[in-house]
Formats: sequence, C-alpha cells, structure tokens
Amino acid sequence: MGALPGSVSQGLIWGIMAIGVYITYRILDVADLTVDGSFATGGAVAVVLILNGCNLWLAMIAAFIAGLLAGAITGLLHTFMGIPPILAGILTQLSLYSINLKIMGKANQSVNVNQTDLLISLRWVKEFALHNPLITVGIVLVVLIAALYWFFGTEMGCGIRATGANLNMSRAQGINTNFNKVLGIMLSNGLVAFSGAFLAQYQGFADVKMGQGAIVIGLAAVIIGEALFGKIFKNFALRLLSVAFGSIIYYIVVQAVITMGLDANLLKLLSAAIVAIFLAIPYWKKQFTEKHMSHSKGGKANA
Amino acid sequence: MLDIINVEKTFNPGTINEKKALNGINLHLDEGDFVTVIGGNGAGKSTMLNMIAGVYPVDCGNIIVDGVDVTRLPEYKRAKYLGRVFQDPMTGTAADMQIEENLALAARRGKRRTLRAGITAKERKEYKELLKILDLGLEDRLTAKVGLLSGGQRQALTLLMATLKKPKLLLLDEHTAALDPKTAKKVLDITEDIVAKNNLMTIMITHNMADAIRVGNRLIMMHEGQIVVDVKGEEKKKLTIEQLLQMFEASSGTQMTSDKVMLSK
Repeated sequence: MGALPGSVSQGLIWGIMAIGVYITYRILDVADLTVDGSFATGGAVAVVLILNGCNLWLAMIAAFIAGLLAGAITGLLHTFMGIPPILAGILTQLSLYSINLKIMGKANQSVNVNQTDLLISLRWVKEFALHNPLITVGIVLVVLIAALYWFFGTEMGCGIRATGANLNMSRAQGINTNFNKVLGIMLSNGLVAFSGAFLAQYQGFADVKMGQGAIVIGLAAVIIGEALFGKIFKNFALRLLSVAFGSIIYYIVVQAVITMGLDANLLKLLSAAIVAIFLAIPYWKKQFTEKHMSHSKGGKANA
Repeated sequence: MLDIINVEKTFNPGTINEKKALNGINLHLDEGDFVTVIGGNGAGKSTMLNMIAGVYPVDCGNIIVDGVDVTRLPEYKRAKYLGRVFQDPMTGTAADMQIEENLALAARRGKRRTLRAGITAKERKEYKELLKILDLGLEDRLTAKVGLLSGGQRQALTLLMATLKKPKLLLLDEHTAALDPKTAKKVLDITEDIVAKNNLMTIMITHNMADAIRVGNRLIMMHEGQIVVDVKGEEKKKLTIEQLLQMFEASSGTQMTSDKVMLSK
C-alpha cells in the first residue's frame, strides 16, 4: 500500500501521454509510433532547459512545442510524402533518438531535486503540498481535459474528428483531410512530450530510452479505460478521463504484480500480451457475431 | 452552369490493366438543369462524377463550375461548389458522429474552420426543422450517432447535408441503388423535393430506366467513356424504355445483353 501514491502519480503522468495516444488512435484512427521518441524529447527538452535556469512552466511549454514539431514531421512524412502512417511514425521515432541525444549531449541527464527547483518529484508524493505530483499533475490533467473538450467542439476540432471518422465524407464537405491529420498528430505528440517533461522531473532524469514502449502503455491505458468505463462514460470529456483512469489502473496493477514477485524484466512482455489480447477481443467478437448471424439469419440484413 | 470540355481519363496507363474510363467527354449544363445518367457497368458514369468532384485528376480537358475552372483544384476545395451523395450510405456521413454534428460539418462547407463553436444552439433549432421535413423521425434524434440509422435514413441525411449550403451543382451517384425499393422511392421523392425547392443544377446516375425517364429535364446515356445519347425537354418526356434500349443499341453498336437486364429492372 505504501507504493500506491507513487503508482497513482505515475499513472496520472502517463495518463496525459495516453490522452495523446487516444487522439491519434481513436479520433484520427491512426496508430502513431512517434510517441516513443517524442516522449523522451519532451523529457530531454524540459530537463536541459531547467538545468539552464529556465522557468519551470516555460520549460513545460517548450517540451509541448517540441512534441508538436515531432508530430508535424510524422504528419508531413505521411501526408506530403505518402508514407504509411505507421512507417512515418517509426522513421520520426528513430530520428528523434539522435535528436534527443543531441539535446541532452549524452544518453541521460539528471536534475537533482536538492539543487534545482522542480514542479514535481517522486520525493514529494506523500507530502500535503501543491508540489505533490498527485496534486500538480491531477490539476493539470483536469485543465487539459477541459481544454481538449473545448477544442474538439470547435469547427477546427470537429474537422479533425470528421477526418478520422470518414475521409471521403470529410473531403466532400470541404475539409482538408491532410491538414487535419497533421494537426491531430501534432496535438497528440505535443501532449506526449508534455507528459515526458513531467516524468523526467518526477524521476529526476531524462533518458533517451524513457519512451521505449510508450505506445503500448498508452494503448493499454486507452483500452483499459474503455473496457471499464466505456459503458457509463459517453461524454467526450469523460472518455478522456477514462483514459487517464485506465493509465492509473495500469500502474496500480503493474505495481501489484511486481510486489507479488513478478520478475520486473518480464513487465514489457506482459504489457504487450495484455494489449494484444484486448485488441483482439473486438475482432473476435465481430467474427463470432458474423458467423452466428450468417447461420441464423442468412446474412446481414440490409436496411 | 457546368462545362465539361474534352475530359479524358485513363486508369493504370501502360499496364495490362489499362482502362480508358473517359474518352473525350463534353457536357454543358444550364442553371436548373436536372440530368439523369444511365449506362452499363464501366461506361464511365461514376468516373465522370468523380472527375467533377476532383476525386482523381483528369488526364486532359477542363471542368468549369459556375464560371470557375476547378480542373486543378483539390477535392476539398471544389466541395465549396458541390453537393454529393454516394451509392454507399456509409460514405456520405460520419457514423461515429451525431446527426447534428454531421449537419454542422456540412453547414461549414466552403468556409474556413476556425476556433468558433462547431455547432450553435441556433443551428440545432434549424436542423430540427429541416429534419422534420424529411419525415423520418430524425428530428427527435439530433444527438444520436449516425451509425445507428438505417441506410435510407443515412442517404436522406446525406442529401440534406449536400444541400444544406446550396451547392452550384448536386452530384448523385446511384444514391438509391443500395436501398430496398420502398426506401429508394422515398429517398428519390425527397431528392426531387429538395432539387425543385432550391432549383438545383443536378446530375443523377441511376440504374433504373423508369426513374431516368421520369425524373429531371434531360437524360444522357454513356457508353465506353462517351456520351452516346442526349435527350432533352419534350422529347425526353415522351421517351419509353424500349426506345431507350433501341437508342443504346444503335449508338453503341452492341446488343444490350447483361446491361439490358440491369437497366430495365
């Protein structure tokens, strides 16, 4: 139980990242692998700026902007150069590895909370104060969800949603689908990098490998959130909230299985397996119902 | 006004799958013209509509809508001038979005999408009234996801979306073909209503010869990427299905075998 505040804090931080994944995976209907790189970019940018005496919130905003740029690269690789989105993401992710090394000058860069003022740190998880990550990240998360709720209700945000929902219809209604794809991928990676900037402060260092497998954790959060709250949370803001809950639950479960004695080295294997199974369930369900329908009704009725 | 001037399109040029879809199409439409288009499979009907809409670029020729040469404009920019309804009811609407959201997207066709509200309370009232006219019970389901609607309801909604901002030209690509006969009739009735009310210049592809003759003021028949029959006004009103079949055989030089079955259904 002593580890609970830490798990929840991590879950909250990764929850912001998972909301970024939700934007590409669920709203734009694109699996964007840039996030593995842009997460570390966010951490690297924030840590280097903080070490150079930059204002903390300014460093967070800079991380967000770095993420936007990373997303723009993937978006342009896809829309302007015609590269399939998954491959476009992988290309950006790989190039970000070099860029992240250049930003930090080495593979990892630490910020010591004793010497530098930080927004959050794991050292403060049990303190009753604003710099407790539970409070700071919790407030930021709520503000972000509110902002995204507003944005996706605007004409521009609706354009992104329409692009993800139906490309043909969007173009027929005068929506520049390529522009909206780029915009959506940018926004997603901006949030991911922002989340990376929080995690770097929380753990006291940024590392080029800190985003490894981030997409899987993001997807796990999205899927857990939908599985547990999908039936009751219909409103868009609540859906984003359920993604954050999904992330928190993921980290509590991870902590629990490690406490129960699971070899921590197997963690990524376990995460991947869980995500694979949850991704398969809707497919299996559909196959089962179609089989069932064709036996009982002789095919799908056409209304 | 619409002018299609000498438009050609070949798919997969230089391969064994080379297919000349449009072979020098010329067509002039006046304000308020309602043209029905018939022709066998592969005649180039849908390709012609897709060329006008900008789905693919033309090989040569020009397309001029309302005095604007749109030949080089991307699909989303041409949308400003065009309303479109597709054969597949899934294509024209976003299933994951609400009825009112779909309409709101259509209401902003041709306008820059800003950070203003995606839908306003005033719009909701307007949409409710417009949906009432359709008489499909959709006016009480504004916030329902479009994915829950039947094919006929979706086509009617797509029609409303295509004409919500009055288009210069309405393109209907066999928009009743995927529906059962009763629903198809209902959607066609709605179509005629909307076109008449707004005096829309319209091109409608259909497989139903009787509809092609009854609806609109002009009928064209396509064959192998060309317009082979063009009948207008009084002459069109007196047309019979038999005459139409004869015309087809005379102009194309082929017997209407499999096409005959499909066209005369």
